[in-house]
Amino acid sequence: MKDLKDPTQSTTGETPGKGFSRRGFLRGVGVSSGALTAGVLQNEAEAAETVNESANVSGPGEVPVTLTINGKAMKVSVEPRATLLDTLRNKLDLTAAKRVCDRGTCGACTVIMNGKAVYACTVLAIDAQGKQIQTLEGLSANGKPHPVSQAFVNNDAQQCGYCTPGFVVATKNFLDHNPNPTEEQVKQGLGGNLCRCGTYMGIRKAALEAAKTMGGGKNA
Amino acid sequence: MDAFAYANPATLSEATALLASSLYDAQVLAGGTDLISLMKDYLLTPATVVNIKNIKELGGVAKGPGGLRIGATATFDELASSAVVKTEYPAIHAAVTGLTSPQLRNMGTAGGDLCQWPRCWYFRNGYGILAMKDGKSLVPGGENKYHGIFGGPAYFVSPSSLGPALIALGAKVTLANAAGKRTVDAAKFFVAPKDETTRGIDLQAGEILTEIVVPPAAGKNATYEIREREAMDWPLATASVCLKMSGGKVASAKVVLGHVGPVPVDSAKAAEFLAGKSIDEATAEQAGAAAVEGAKPLSQNGYKVQLAKVAVKRALLAVGKA
Ligand SMILES: Cc1cc2nc3c(=O)[nH]c(=O)nc-3n(C[C@H](O)[C@H](O)[C@H](O)COP(=O)(O)OP(=O)(O)OC[C@H]3O[C@@H](n4cnc5c(N)ncnc54)[C@H](O)[C@@H]3O)c2cc1C
Ligand code: FES
Ligand code: FES
Repeated sequence: MKDLKDPTQSTTGETPGKGFSRRGFLRGVGVSSGALTAGVLQNEAEAAETVNESANVSGPGEVPVTLTINGKAMKVSVEPRATLLDTLRNKLDLTAAKRVCDRGTCGACTVIMNGKAVYACTVLAIDAQGKQIQTLEGLSANGKPHPVSQAFVNNDAQQCGYCTPGFVVATKNFLDHNPNPTEEQVKQGLGGNLCRCGTYMGIRKAALEAAKTMGGGKNA
Repeated sequence: MDAFAYANPATLSEATALLASSLYDAQVLAGGTDLISLMKDYLLTPATVVNIKNIKELGGVAKGPGGLRIGATATFDELASSAVVKTEYPAIHAAVTGLTSPQLRNMGTAGGDLCQWPRCWYFRNGYGILAMKDGKSLVPGGENKYHGIFGGPAYFVSPSSLGPALIALGAKVTLANAAGKRTVDAAKFFVAPKDETTRGIDLQAGEILTEIVVPPAAGKNATYEIREREAMDWPLATASVCLKMSGGKVASAKVVLGHVGPVPVDSAKAAEFLAGKSIDEATAEQAGAAAVEGAKPLSQNGYKVQLAKVAVKRALLAVGKA
């Protein structure tokens, strides 16, 4: 499986990760241009460096990245392959967003990026630079739960709780864009999150209650 | 996921230069909703990932004299909230809003939708585009409930919801590489693979899909989708139709089935049948029957024949009403 490559785009023919390859070679040139020694490869390396500079290439080793999370600039060093989710959880101690499917198919990792809900497991941290990122940790203020979190508690909207942080963030974002939803709209609007325990009824009620506490909910 | 370098070009020419160099062994990154999962499963192992979201000329949804231009990096969310798309191209609007997950709509792009890889579970588990083992496809004798009824030798279904709608509307797709640009009919962009060297789309090494153009006044159009689950899944069968009417009768028709074959199925038979007729319950039903002529269901997906028929009928009736 590991050797299966994109037949339309791959042109190198080497097996990635095994012994010497252009790929491994490129690793050396990526950021630290000084690391180069082999004479035979000089030309390719020079060509690579020219493109690297103009097209802003970084990695594959760790690179410094600044993320704006819950209004604070946070500096962290990550490989380009690091997802936003793993960076939040493993490097920044922000563990509310959960890693469940890790494939963009469940919503447990939902965070808000520039005002829009996204799956953090499917965003590269390096790609999230310059964006306003909001996580569940940033929703509560002055030690008080956010109205959406409170409504989840009031309506018994969780069982095992694993999907809950993602659902709360998705609900908050949905209500930001739809302050006066109908129940049907809530159902549709939370269509990016799964709950294996089946707490949907409670979640929908919580969303409608939160809409009201947040000053909307006129169609509920 | 293997480590890779990340390129963040600001212009199309920088991006195509990176893709042209074998040294970079690069893959295009748009919304990442498919690419990142493919890399996690080691189905793609690029040395470099080229982010195209910061290339301004690839964005936007706008109506101009040449029709509707959809930039490759326009998101499903942008398409869903476009008033022009909603009123003039309901076939696209329905295809886009059928994807209910706001997260996927916020991230997934139009170009990525056309270039996404098949979801066939044999492919996703490493058996290749034709799902071969010991010289034989695993699909006909295997778990084929979600596979094509118009397949062979490739049995996966084209996963793109935009594809059928764009074909029905006569859209064109533009592709660029380091040497220049070319434009193909959306219908020709999808190509049923005969072997492992192609994957269902006419995207050549080093190319970036730059934009989609849908011609103006394409006719009355609609998409009808049938899904097993309301959210977080692909449709089982869809139909996109576009009708040019004259005096209450169909002057010309396009009927395109989605998610039933390795490419969207543009049914000439249904189009022929509809020509000169007015749309009512009976003609809509007969057009559905014509559209599925020649279908070859597998052991577990005979139900898709009926679903495709009904999708055509309901799409036609939706247009008839509009
Ligand atoms: C749970 C779930 C449900 C889904 N349901 C549906 C559905 O019902 N209908 C549907 O149509 N889709 C569905 N999708 C798929 C989703 O729409 C696609 O994953 C998305 O459109 C891909 O876009 P992207 O921008 O994220 O692409 P990426 O993940 O960035 O890229 C996907 C592939 O296309 C290539 N690529 C991307 N853009 C370009 C370009 N401009 N030029 C050349 N190559 C490019 C990449 O290299 C990669 O190989 C679903 C996905 C998930 C996870
Ligand atoms: S963990 Fe990200 S969507 Fe499931
Ligand atoms: S409460 Fe258990 S998954 Fe939702």
